[in-house]
This record gives sequence, C-alpha cells and structure tokens, in this order.
Amino acid sequence: MALAHDVSDDTIFHLEDDHGLAEGGSSTMLGFWIYLMSDCLIFAMLFAVYGVLGGNYAAGPAPKDLFDLPLVALNTTMLLLSSITYGFAMLEMAKGRVGSMQAWLVVTGLFGLAFLGIELYEFAHLIHEGATPQRSGFLSSLFTLVGTHGLHVTFGLVWLVVLMVQVSRHGLIAANQRRLMCLSMFWHFLDVIWIGVFTFVYLMGMLR
Amino acid sequence: MSRLRTLVLLPLLASLGSCSMVVMNPSGDVAAQQRDLLVISTALMLIVIIPVMALTIFFAWRYRQSNREARYEPDWDHSTHLELVIWAVPLLIIICLGAVTWMGTHLLDPYRPIGRVAAGKSLTPGARPLEVEVVALDWKWLFIYPEYGVAAINELAAPVDRPITFRITSASVMNSFYVPALAGQIYAMPGMETKLHAVINKSGDYEGFSANYSGAGFSGMRFAFHGLNDADFQAWVAKAKDGGGKLDRSSYLELERPSENEPARRYASIQSDLYKAVLNMCVEPGKMCMSEMTQIDAKGGLGLAGIYNTVPLLYDKFARRGTVFGPAPSYVASICTTEEALAAATNAAQPALPTTFTPILGAGLQRPPAMSIRLPSRSATGAFRSPFNS
Amino acid sequence: MFDNPTLLKAIFGRLTLESLPLHEPIVVATFVVVALGGITLVGALSYFRLWSYLWREWFTSVDHKRIGVMYMVLGIVMLLRGFSDAIMMRLQQAMAFGGSEGYLNSHHYDQIFTAHGVIMIFFVAMPLVTGLMNFVVPLQIGARDVSFPFLNNFSFWMTAGGAVIVMMSLFVGEFARTGWLAYPPLSSIGYSPDVGVDYYIWALQVAGVGTLLSGVNLVCTIVKMRAPGMTMMRMPIFTWTALCTNVLIVAAFPVLTAVLALLSLDRYVGTNFFTNDFGGNPMMYVNLIWIWGHPEVYILILPAFGIFSEVTSTFCGKRLFGYTSMVYATIVITILSYLVWLHHFFTMGSGASVNSFFGITTMIISIPTGAKIFNWLFTMYRGRIRFELPMMWTVAFMLTFVVGGMTGVLLAVPPADFVLHNSLFLVAHFHNVIIGGVLFGLFAGISYWFPKAFGFRLDPFWGKMSFWFWIVGFWFAFMPLYILGLMGVTRRLRVFDDPSLQIWFIIAAFGAFLILLGILSFLIQIFVSVRRREDLRDDTGDPWDGRTLEWATASPPPAYNFAFTPVIHDGDAWADMKKRGYQRPLTGFRDIHMPRNTGAGVILAGLSVVLAVALIWYIWWLAIVSFVALIGYAIAHTFNYDRDFHIASSDVTRVEDERTRLLTANGQVG
Repeated sequence: MALAHDVSDDTIFHLEDDHGLAEGGSSTMLGFWIYLMSDCLIFAMLFAVYGVLGGNYAAGPAPKDLFDLPLVALNTTMLLLSSITYGFAMLEMAKGRVGSMQAWLVVTGLFGLAFLGIELYEFAHLIHEGATPQRSGFLSSLFTLVGTHGLHVTFGLVWLVVLMVQVSRHGLIAANQRRLMCLSMFWHFLDVIWIGVFTFVYLMGMLR
Repeated sequence: MSRLRTLVLLPLLASLGSCSMVVMNPSGDVAAQQRDLLVISTALMLIVIIPVMALTIFFAWRYRQSNREARYEPDWDHSTHLELVIWAVPLLIIICLGAVTWMGTHLLDPYRPIGRVAAGKSLTPGARPLEVEVVALDWKWLFIYPEYGVAAINELAAPVDRPITFRITSASVMNSFYVPALAGQIYAMPGMETKLHAVINKSGDYEGFSANYSGAGFSGMRFAFHGLNDADFQAWVAKAKDGGGKLDRSSYLELERPSENEPARRYASIQSDLYKAVLNMCVEPGKMCMSEMTQIDAKGGLGLAGIYNTVPLLYDKFARRGTVFGPAPSYVASICTTEEALAAATNAAQPALPTTFTPILGAGLQRPPAMSIRLPSRSATGAFRSPFNS
Repeated sequence: MFDNPTLLKAIFGRLTLESLPLHEPIVVATFVVVALGGITLVGALSYFRLWSYLWREWFTSVDHKRIGVMYMVLGIVMLLRGFSDAIMMRLQQAMAFGGSEGYLNSHHYDQIFTAHGVIMIFFVAMPLVTGLMNFVVPLQIGARDVSFPFLNNFSFWMTAGGAVIVMMSLFVGEFARTGWLAYPPLSSIGYSPDVGVDYYIWALQVAGVGTLLSGVNLVCTIVKMRAPGMTMMRMPIFTWTALCTNVLIVAAFPVLTAVLALLSLDRYVGTNFFTNDFGGNPMMYVNLIWIWGHPEVYILILPAFGIFSEVTSTFCGKRLFGYTSMVYATIVITILSYLVWLHHFFTMGSGASVNSFFGITTMIISIPTGAKIFNWLFTMYRGRIRFELPMMWTVAFMLTFVVGGMTGVLLAVPPADFVLHNSLFLVAHFHNVIIGGVLFGLFAGISYWFPKAFGFRLDPFWGKMSFWFWIVGFWFAFMPLYILGLMGVTRRLRVFDDPSLQIWFIIAAFGAFLILLGILSFLIQIFVSVRRREDLRDDTGDPWDGRTLEWATASPPPAYNFAFTPVIHDGDAWADMKKRGYQRPLTGFRDIHMPRNTGAGVILAGLSVVLAVALIWYIWWLAIVSFVALIGYAIAHTFNYDRDFHIASSDVTRVEDERTRLLTANGQVG
C-alpha cells in the first residue's frame, strides 16, 4: 500500500459530471439476487429438516403409502411449462411487444394456478386420509417444505397479476421492465427449488 | 489504566485463596484431568496474551503524542517479517493446542470407559463399574441403582475408587447432569440417553445440580453426591433397602409430576425395567416405546393402517406440567386434547376404516397393565404385519 | 355482552384483564414510571409542535444518516431497558442466600434473564451496529445514499416494531421464561403454554425481517455504489467489516427466520419438528439456532473491529498496519464463523471426533483475531497517539478483549467446556467479549462519529467519567463471575445455598452499579454536549484529522453527502487528498437526484406489529384484517412510481457557499 507518488498534479478528485444516486438497474438486480439467495437458505434449511425428520413416520404412513407419483409428475410439468412461458414473455418484452408479452404472462399465471390447484388437491387428499402435518415428524416437514414452496408460488402469482396491471397502465417503462426481470428470477428460482423437492422428496421418497 | 487494573485485581486475588474453586480442585480423576487441560491451555495462551497486554501498555505509553522523542513514521504500514511473525505465532500455539485438544477430547470423552482410577493407579482387573441410571425430572433428580435394586431422589452415593457408569435421560425438558467435583457435565435429554464415565477418589459430600435451565424449579434441582468408602456405601445401600417404598411405574408417574425443592429420599426397591421405560417414554400404560417406534419407522412405518393410531404416541405435547391452559382446541387441525385423541382412536376403530388395532408391545418389555383406553384387540395377522408380534 | 365468554374470546382471543399484571407491584411501578415518562415526552413534543417536524424529517426520512441516528436512539433507549433487567438480576443473586428467596419469584426472574439476553443482542447491539454502518458506510464510500433508501427506512421501522413488541410484553401478558434462545421442549406449547414464547417469536421475526433487508441493502450499497477509484482493496477497513457483517446477516438470518417459523408451527399448528413425541427432534432446534447464533456473534464484533481499526489509524496519525492481512483476517473469520456452531453444545454428547473438530475450528478463529490485535498494536508502534475518547476505548478494548478471547479458546477445548459449560465462567466470557469488544467499540464509534453526525463534539469530561465507570465497573462485575464459574456455579440460578458465594455476587452487583453510573454519565454527556454545543462546535467537518472520505464533507453532512462524487486514489482517501493539497470545488454545482421521503415504511411496520400482536393473543379476526391490510398496502405502494426528486443546483450552491463561509471564518480554505 505504498503511496501513489507517480500521480501528476492534474489528478481529479471529484467527478464534474454528476451521476446522482446510482439507483435502479444493476443495483436492484444484485439486491434481488442476494434476497433470492437468502430465500434459498430458508429452503436449504427446510430440506435439511426434511432430511433429519423424513424418516420419522411415528409408526404412521411413509412416502410410499402416500405419494401419487403420476400426479406429482403432472404438477412438475405445469411448473416447468410456466417457467418456459415466462421465458417467452421476457423475449416479447425484449422486443417491446406489450400485447403478446401480457398474453404469455396470462399463460404463465394459468400454469401456476394449475400447479397450485394440483398441490392443494394433493394436500386435501393427504389430510382427508389422516396424514395431517400433526401426524409425524415426516409429515410435518413434508407439509412445511412443499407448503413453503406453494406459498412462494402463490406470492409469485399475486405479484404477476400486480405487474400485469402495472404494465397495462404504464407500459414497458424501465421500472416495470426491472420488476418483470425480478419476477422472472423469482419464478425460475421457484422452478429450481421444485426440481429439488421433486427429486429429494418425491422420487427418493418412493425409493425409500 | 494499567495501575488501576492491578488495584482492582489485587483484592480479588487475595481473597481467592480463601474460596474453594471446586473446578480447579476436584476430587474425581476425570474432573482432575479436565482441570489439567484447562491449566495447560491457559498456560499456552498466556504465551501470547501476556506479551500483547504488555506491548499494548508499552506502546500506548511510549508513542503518546506528548512524547516527542519517540519515532514517528506515519507511512510505515507494512513489514513482511512482522506479518509472518504475527500470523505464525498464534498459528503455532493453536497447532499445539489443537493437538492437546484432539487427544484430550478423545481421552476424556464421557462415553469412553475410564482407563484408570487415578494418576498412577490402574483399574482393578475384572471389577465391574457401578451402574447408575439418572433421570432428570421436573425439578429433581432420580438415581436408580439397578445392581442393588434401590433408588434415590436428589441423593447420589458412590464408593471411592470404583468406576461409575451413568446412563442419563430426562423425563420432560433438557437438563444437564453435573457434579463438578466428580466429572464434567453432560446433557440429560428426553427420549435420549447420554453416558458419563467417572470415578471419585476422595470420600466426602459434594454438590451436584442441573447445569441447564429447565423452568421454574430449576434453582432447586440440586442433589448431594456422597463419595463413600466401601463399607459406608454398603451401609448406605442397606439403609435405603430398610426404609422407603417401591418405585414402580405408578409411583414413578406420581413422582414425575412437577415439584420443587424435593428433599432427598430413597426407595427400597424398584421395578426392574423402569429406566428403560422412562428412556423410551412409555411408562404410562398403553404407550408405544420410542425404541419400538424407531424400529417400526426403520422398516417403513405402519402405513395407512397406523394413521389414526396416535394415542399410544402422545407423550407430553399438552400440559404435562399440569398447566391449565393449552392451545384452544379449535386451531389444532388434528388431535389436541386427550378427549379428542380418545375420540379419534375410537373412531379409528369403526369397522368402516381399514385399520386394525393391536396394542403394540416392545420386544423384551412387559405387557403394560390394562390399558385405560378400550381398544379392540384383534389378531396381529390382520391388515398389517408387525415384526414385533411374532 | 361482557359475560359471554365465547364472544369475548372471539374478539380478544386470550387477552383478558388478568393478562395485565395489575397484581405485580414491581411491574405496576415500572409501568407508572414508563407511562409518566411517555406522557411527558409526548406532551413536550406536542407543546413544542415537533410532531410534524419529526414525521416529515425523521420518521419518513429515507436519508441513511437520519435512519442511522434513529437506529442509535433505539439502541440506547433499549440499552436502558436491558440494563434494568441486568441490575435486577444482579440484585436478586446478591440477595437470595441463606434461605432468602430474594425479591423476585421464578416467574419474574426467569422472564428477566430471558428478556435481558434478547434485548441486549437484538435490540441494543444490533441497532447500534446497524445504525453506525448505516450512517458511516455510504459516507466512507463516497455515495449519496444506500442502494435502496426506502427499504432502509422500512428495515429500521421493522426493527423498532420488534422492540415495541418486546416492550409490550412487559405490561401486557409476559415474556418468555426459556432463556434467550428458547430451546424446546421447554419453549413448546406443552411446557410454555402462555404468551411469553409467542412474544419472543414474533418480536424476533418482525425485527429479523428488518435486519435481513438492511443486510441486503448494505451489501448492495458496498458492492455497487463505491466512488470511482475505490477498488475493493482501497475500501476503508470499517467498510470491509461492514461488508462481511452484512454478508453474514444475509447468510445467517434466514436460518433464524426459518427455525423460529418451525417453532411457531409447533406451537400454533401442532406439528412435530421439535417435540419429544411423534418423531420430533428438539436437538435439531439447538443445532439450527446456533447455525444462526454463532455467525450472529461475528455480525456484532466485526464492525467493532472495523471501528477500532479506523480509530487506531486516525488517532495514531498513521496508516493502518497490515491493511491486507486485516482484510483477509476479516474474510477468514467470516467464513470460519459458519464452522463452529457445535461448540455451544459439546455437552450434548456428539462424540469425541465431532467435538474436537468443532473445538479446533473454533481455536483457528483466534489466529486471524490475534493477527488483528497485532495489527492494531503495530499501528500504534511509531505512531503519535492522541488519547481522545475513541482511542481510550480502543486501548481499553485491547486489554479487555484479549482476556475474553483467552477464556473463549479455553471454552473451545471440549473437556474444559464440560466443566465450564453453562457456568458463570461462560457468562463472564461472553460479557467479556461483547462488552469489552462490541460495546467498547460502539462507544468508541459513537464518540468518533458523533461530531460528523451533529457538527459538535461530545463533552470529554463526562465521556471520561463514563469511560472509567464502565471499565472499572466491568472488571468488578465480571471477574467475580469468572471465579464463581470456577467454583462450579451455574447460570440462571435464582437462589443459592452456599453462603460463601455471596460475597462474589455482592462484588458483581457493585460492578453493575458502577456500570449504571457509566450509563448515566453517558446520558449526561449527551445532555451536556447538547447544552454546550456552541463551545464544542466543529465547523471544519474534520475534527480528528481523519483519513477516510466521511471527513471530507461538512458536519453534519448535507442531505446529498457530497456535492460532487469524489474520486479515490488511495486507501486512506481523505488523508491522501489533504496531503496533495486538494481544493474543495466552489462553483459549478448541478442538480442532484435524490429519493423522496415516504411514510410507507412506518405504516407497513405498524401493520406488522398489529399482525404480530393479533397472533400472539390469538385474535384471529385482527390477524386476518391486518394481514390483508399489510399485503394490500404493500401492493398499493408499488403503484407509486414517483419516488425521487432533484435537489436544485441553487440549493446545493447555497449549502456549499455556507460551508465555504464557515471554513473561511476558521481560516481554512479548501
């Protein structure tokens, strides 16, 4: 850390041309990314909890007694498709086509709703059978892990609707584009988490 | 600053001589070795700490602003040699300390049977250690001596120089079993067993207590630990056998209720498998033992057939301490009160549901006395195969 | 109507008249004092017509400097509460001998030690640390504000909301009686059926949201908003420690959020995460909470290390020795802090290999920490030390902290921990590092940056009084605890049998009394300084001959911090600029783009508090209403696109000309 003596006298010590508060764009993306990582840690913890408690059936039902793999596969398809259609919406946004972007967002929302519907059906079915979250440590951690993901999807759907209203009001202004990018990251993030849930909980659960 | 510190410390140091620091001067070999580690580590660290403190004071004095004779080099901010030293010295000390720690931790692992009675005094070959089963209750300690068939509340006795094996559990919340004069502590946890191996080398009366906060009566969770010579220990056992009643499952359930500042007392006889039942949370009639549940779970659970069979599993979720409040029944989606649990169990027994109920028995455990819940007993060859009903 | 229990229950949940501790004279007296104080304060604010000023200029402010100051005020107010708990405990333990029950029953005493821990960590240390980072970091990196100014305001109000919930538990219902980490099964619904643990959970959840968001915010700020020329290795060391701390916050607080959420599911829904029966595992909670808990310790201490580095370098008039190794030491500590959590429960019986692994990783942390101490030491070497208050705190820290560090390494040796775990030795150790490290650092930081925030210095006489009372009081209060720990006395005991222990508790209580005088002196110091502010005024903006950028601007800094964004050529940017004859620009000011104040943060946090209280008391209708309102308001807020404005160049010119005038009057141009 020697002093930079080689700097000549015309060194500038401040910017004449002021850039104001560096807001928006890259900062928001980074901030949202960091938030997503912290959210990811919550899921990591829930996965860990499932890893610890996943075998504690309390002399009750185990995954193989409960899971309906074809249904979960359908469910997974819905969420994966919604990610693809969100991608299409973002492509349209890049081209500045508001109408088709909104249409893709609607499709995304519908796939998301279908995912939630199937998940709620699955939960209702489990609870009806008596496999409630209170029944065993395994079921507690299952409902919490899958349910937390479901809550995130619900939140994403609400956000999606809000954004669609905002785009229809203000068009694709910079702020809205930024928000759509954030939701995009959020949506794909949920997709990645779900792949983890599908593999770790459902597929490996059936193998147990 | 420094002078003031000395002034503050002097009276403390002076009065240290008069107080009894049991941790620094224990009477059990394990605690003594732990103390030795404490001293060694302190000494190792003082190698760095003392020079640092001295240098701090020296530099602060020497380079004070008013001392114009001291050198002043405002741009001196790096020296590779110095940096090497300041990283290497702590590193070396930590390497030594790490080696000491690794060895000490393995040698003094509470699960490891002790290797000697005291420094320079080896174990008598073939001598069996004294077994003590310890249960932390709300808020007292239960000590069971399976070898002698006696038990005591808040009183522990052991013969001098005979290794002791403690098996420790708790009935409700987490506690920590600690007799400073004897050996370091270890947690007592419900449904789990920890072990501690120790030996006491000097006869005398010592203090033991719970070292982990466990609720309202925690302060009173103390017990006397008597280190006795062999004859006195035999007398102690005989005295226990003379007086006191029997500790069986029903009197245990009475004992288990919360109470504070219990005086020491003894039981002349014990039900043989009581500790095992406490550990597995199945003292109450009709409860499934944890060990059984774990075995069932390891084999994949009981499937949908076992789904409503929750009464045998219910242990302490609701108001074990006799508190009157609990969650309002309305918001717990499933079983909340004993009544509901009973109702659920009765419903489950309706023929409409494809379940078969058999009181599940533990391998090697007595059949529990008549269950308070009436459940239809059918053949175990029904809807599910249980590995324990062969 | 009032005799219909179902209806009452539907409206008030489990809140009844009995929930108010009217039969507890101590609590009633406290309430009267607090209420009188509150009424006086509210009355005074109304009389001087300050409400609208406070609302416009402070509560709704998105200025990082004002938010920083509000954090500090919150921390100091909560320090008074946390310290009252401490002195009550010391008094009880000094009294309860020889069959005496003392003056607190277990219902009370157990709440007090729980509240003391929770408040001191979450609502004193955290706000003070966050406040300093908030105030200083943007100035040090030459930024105009943080990355997300609104989020910053919201974070503060969430932290304050958590504090409100804790304070409410004092007068409505009760606080947890579980110890500050609320281990289950003791904290489960079966063993703690009343509202205490729910207060605990929701206070921490509400405050935790604030902490997490402020962590995201500051990481972003430091990564994205540094002035041109400020590479990572030219960042001031306080900014480095702030970066590491906020990375730790972002990576640790989600764990706390999740583990508390699981505990609340156990309590509210009846799930089986941490239950004894139905396949739950209480020890998982202990593991999970310490995975958050240990990094938390470093979240607090790293910024303090940063403060000491700045202070040492400034008051020794010298560049910081070993900047690079300081930075790497900080990073190493950051990473290692995730690999040591098990040392908080060696006694769980994890086995010798696991225990020694975690013991040794813990010891390894002492290597970078030791390197830091040496670096400060060699910064003093061949320096020219001015013993102003911040430097006095630093030297006191170096002498105190090494003792705490040594006992910490002792506790990291598992066999030694078996005899000292949960003892008063442990209590003495963590107070030794938290008071001797974090708190001394905060006091150093407060006296160092106070002139920057308000334009006048703190009164040195009362500062020295506070300093000496604190130092002497600390040694009196905690050295006896070390000794008691070696005498085999465990923590959280309410009554004692052995009369020979009493003298030590009396000495400790005396120490606590000295610390009380220290706190009072600190408050008097602030009061006296405000009264004497004209004498203590500093117009230069650089009262200590500082070395980093925050000293380049006026005190207090204008809303926009820097009229022109500075360009950095050296680690000690301001020292470098002064040395090379930097001339402050006097003309050519432009409009400055700044965020607009908003009340949304206050409203959102207020709704969160209502939601939390409704959940604590099982007032379901209110919970639903406030939840819907919270979501609805948050959505409505996103429809407001008009969030910024420009400070006109004429205004900037006016402010800067005033500064020029002051500097000229002092005979210092430029």
